Amino acid sequence: MTLLDVFQRLEEMWIGEAIRTSYWLFPFIEAIHLVGLALLGGTVIVVDLRLLGLTLRSRPANQVLLNARPYFVLALLTMFATGVPLALSEMIKLYYNFSWWVKISTLGIAILFTFFVRNPIVLRDNASSVTLAFIGLVSLVLWFTVAGAGRWIGFS
Amino acid sequence: MSLRWFADWLDTHAWSTALHESLYMYPYIETTHVLGLTLFVGTLAIVDLRMLGYAYRTTPISTISQSVLPWTVIGFVIMFTTGLLLFYAIPVRTYHSVWFRIKVIMIVLAAINAAHYHYRISKNRILWDTSPKPPRSVRMTAAASLFLWVVVIFTGRMIAYNWFDCDRPQPDWVITIAGCVLDEVASL
Repeated sequence: MTLLDVFQRLEEMWIGEAIRTSYWLFPFIEAIHLVGLALLGGTVIVVDLRLLGLTLRSRPANQVLLNARPYFVLALLTMFATGVPLALSEMIKLYYNFSWWVKISTLGIAILFTFFVRNPIVLRDNASSVTLAFIGLVSLVLWFTVAGAGRWIGFS
Repeated sequence: MSLRWFADWLDTHAWSTALHESLYMYPYIETTHVLGLTLFVGTLAIVDLRMLGYAYRTTPISTISQSVLPWTVIGFVIMFTTGLLLFYAIPVRTYHSVWFRIKVIMIVLAAINAAHYHYRISKNRILWDTSPKPPRSVRMTAAASLFLWVVVIFTGRMIAYNWFDCDRPQPDWVITIAGCVLDEVASL
C-alpha cells in the first residue's frame, strides 16, 4: 500500500465525506480554525517577544510562559480538532499540495521545538539573554512558516 | 445607495483590477491579513484574558496593557491596511456582501466597546489594577471584546463564499441586507 493509497483511504472515511457533502461544514470548521490561529499566534508571540526582550520585560520569562501555556495548548488542540477534519475532506488534493507538506513538516518541528527545547530552557531559568532571544526568534520563524504555508494551501 | 457610487468608482481604477487579477500580490496581501490576526486578535486576547482574571493574575493590568497593547496596535494597522487593499481589489462585490456588512458593524461595536473601556471603565483602574480578578464591569468589556472579534473573524472568513451574492437568486431578506440593485440582478 503506497502513501497515496493511505491518503485515499483517509479521504473515503465518513468524516471527510460528511464535510464534502455539506454546504456549511467546511467554511464553519475553517473559521474556528482561524479563531484558534489567533489564540495560538497570540500565545506564541507574547512569549517569544518576551524572550526577545520586546514585551513584559519587568516580568520573568518563565512566568510569561507559564501563564500563556494553558492557552497555547488549548489553541493547539483547537487547531488539531478542526485541522484534522478539514484535511480528511481533501486528502488527495493535499497529497499533491507542496504548501501542505511544508506546513505539516514545519508543524512537527515547531511542536518538538516548543515542548522539548524552548519551554524546558525557559522554565529552567538559567539561560543567557542571547540564548533566549535566539530561541524566541526560531520559534517565531517556525510558527509563522506553519501559518503562512497553511494559508498558501488554498492558493496553490 | 450613497456608498455604492464610491465602490463603483474604485472599481474603475486600473490598479483595483490589476490587484484582483494579480497572480501573487493578492495572495500575499491576503496571507498577511490572515497572519496579522495572530498579532492583532492574538495579543488582544492576552490582554482580555488578563482582564477576565484567567491569565497573568499576578501581573498588574496596567503592565500588561502598556507592554502588550502596542503590539496589538501594530497588528491592527497591518489588518486595516491589508483589509483596505483587499476591499480595493474587489470593491462592488464586497460592498454588497452580507458577511462584510455584519463584519463592519461588529468592528464598529468593538471600537465602541474599546472606547467605553478606555474613557469610562479604566478611569478608576488604580482600584483594581493589581486585582487577580477585576470587577464585573471590566470583565464584561473583556468578554465583549473577545466575542466581537471572534465574530469578526467568522464573518470575515465567510466573505469568500458566494452564498448570498447578488448575482444569485436570493430571498427578499438577503436582497434587503445586501442592498442588491434589482435592475442589475434582472439583467444577469
